[in-house]
Amino acid sequence: MIYLDHAATTPMRPAVWEAMQPYADEVFGNSSGVHGVSRRAKNALEEARERISATIGASPQEIVFTSGGTESDNLALKGSVFNPSSRHGVVTVATEHEAVLETTDFLRRLGFPTHVVGVDRRGLVDRDALLALVDGDTAVVSIMWLNNETGVIQDLAPIVRRVKEHHPDVLVHSDAVQAFSSESIDVESLGIDLLTLTGHKFGGPKGAGILYVREGTPLEPVLHGGGQELGRRSGTHDVASAVGLATAMHAAAADRERFRSQVGQIRDDFEKRILATVEDAIVNTPETDRSPQHLNVTFPGVRNQTLLLRLDRAGVAASAGSACQSGASEVSHVLESMGLSADEARQSVRFSFGWNSTSDEAAEAADILFELIEGLR
Amino acid sequence: MRALVAMSGGVDSSVAAALTKDAGHDVIGVTLKLWSGPNGEAPTAGCCTVSDAEDARRVAAQLDVPYYVLDYTEEFRGGVVDRFIDDYTSGRTPNPCIECNRIVKFDRLLNSLADFDCDVLVTGHHARNVLEEGGWRLRRGTDPAKDQSYVLSMLSESQLSRTRFPVGELTKGEVREVAANRGLRTAHKPESMDICFVGQRDYRSFVRDTAPGALAPGPVVASDGSEIGRHDGVVGFTVGQRRGLGVASGEPRYVTRIEPATSTVVVGRREELAVAGVTLSQLTWTSGRHFSGNVTAQFRAHGEPVSAALHSDRLLFSQPQEAVSPGQTIAFYDDDRVLGGALISTTFA
Repeated sequence: MIYLDHAATTPMRPAVWEAMQPYADEVFGNSSGVHGVSRRAKNALEEARERISATIGASPQEIVFTSGGTESDNLALKGSVFNPSSRHGVVTVATEHEAVLETTDFLRRLGFPTHVVGVDRRGLVDRDALLALVDGDTAVVSIMWLNNETGVIQDLAPIVRRVKEHHPDVLVHSDAVQAFSSESIDVESLGIDLLTLTGHKFGGPKGAGILYVREGTPLEPVLHGGGQELGRRSGTHDVASAVGLATAMHAAAADRERFRSQVGQIRDDFEKRILATVEDAIVNTPETDRSPQHLNVTFPGVRNQTLLLRLDRAGVAASAGSACQSGASEVSHVLESMGLSADEARQSVRFSFGWNSTSDEAAEAADILFELIEGLR
Repeated sequence: MRALVAMSGGVDSSVAAALTKDAGHDVIGVTLKLWSGPNGEAPTAGCCTVSDAEDARRVAAQLDVPYYVLDYTEEFRGGVVDRFIDDYTSGRTPNPCIECNRIVKFDRLLNSLADFDCDVLVTGHHARNVLEEGGWRLRRGTDPAKDQSYVLSMLSESQLSRTRFPVGELTKGEVREVAANRGLRTAHKPESMDICFVGQRDYRSFVRDTAPGALAPGPVVASDGSEIGRHDGVVGFTVGQRRGLGVASGEPRYVTRIEPATSTVVVGRREELAVAGVTLSQLTWTSGRHFSGNVTAQFRAHGEPVSAALHSDRLLFSQPQEAVSPGQTIAFYDDDRVLGGALISTTFA
């Protein structure tokens, strides 16, 4: 199989599973317990927290362990809106992940003021429109760093700066789930309050994520209970996952330079090969402000569900960007927000490369793709 | 041979997939996502629910065949749902399951077979598709109680040549036995009855919600034209209907005619339901050859076949028939062989 769906999830990096295993086995203790096996678990958890915080320039107590991106996004938005301040609104962007958009819609149904800002043809947020919607009611502004479907990168720092300039009390959150493999993250220079990351997008385990919460940020928990994570997220810790997450983050951060150049080169070569063979292919990933690993392409006249089925049969795993629970591909709200028609969106496929992608398999996939498209037309 | 098996998540299509694989063919299982509600939610009743897709996926995994969910919501909306609403608001009796079979399952999937690199389409319908006289001919299924040849009667010869119905040779009991013997999780699953996009709600409220402008109140009149009541839209009335007419009367009254132009529902005595014959549209012949003369006709999915004479697009029943209404599908048989099918345009007394 040639795996070109790293934006959906990634295989674990070497050493991650190995690092996790003791905590699923002999060091099984509850990290909140008072005895030896629990102390060892607790120690591993806090060590993981320290290593994680170091990779994003945070301090350890600013890291809240969660079950992944969806939970972190939910905690960031609901936690900001439900906290007992006078601000209860959400401002976000049309191309966000469903974890943000559906949470925003839920808050709207509860009666909170919410606004969703559009993007331009390249998928970049309209900054002035966004700022115009932030007002005395706004609790949180949520902007995805790197889009999961197209790979477009928002220049986050200036947006955060401008929001904070005018509204220092407004919290700014970023879903940075897709960014960690390629982008250096420093929460200080970014000036951000809340940031979502999840392990399985960069070679870590599934079900393991974090929400970075700037010290002093008022946040109502979503999960109430035993008061773990300084009361911000209750529930017995999954120590093995936390250790796996820390190991993967460390490895991914250390591998970032290589990732940007090597994976970026593989993606670029793949793109060139497609454009040279499928002449009318349209690349939806912008030429600049793009990640090194994503490539979203429209193949006019070829329905994506058909192409993906044929690619799967030919041993190439790719995706249409988003899938519903049934597994059917849906019309991408990201591409529609960028101005593509529903038909164009249905003819678009996402290829995403990752830490173990090779140029040989990418070249082979491009050839298979060309043959299939020729045959389907 | 490579077969695309349409798997609904029911026992029939599960066994169809199993038998096709046993016969040595390369099988790809697909479930069609046809409908989601206004908020994108999957239907909870009928033949295409989320749990049905899940059953189909699990059966495909049991059989170790690749499985995909294909999104045909747009085709379904245009070809089936809009038509359903249009039929109802025009006073015709819609056949959404037949339209879905014809437009989505057969037209679209058969046209896409090459795209999926497949040679034939396999479904779990109870009908037999037999190679004879140099062509594929449709016959009633082996199990008379489950025969579905009526809903397939408008398939053309070229469509039949690329379609297989492996469970048509079996009784329903035998189908369940095959499924149970193989440990398929759908072996004892009850059959779905509801129209999938209507679900457990009634037709009227579905049409009202989906096409709010489609309902105009109007009179309920007797055969002599005198108004004996009011209704709030012709949607939901069907020729032959007796209950829910909202008129009090000493003797049983039936809907005998619906006139959507004036939003009028005509009711009358049972004798007035009698229809001598019908005119037809979209006549399709499974053999490709037009037929005329004496035929056996069936105008309901599990209705008794009746004898009739066909001349061009006019069909005259040998005995007057009740509850025949425009929009219904009518299938023509010679013994157990399907000659063809058509839609009823108008009825005459």
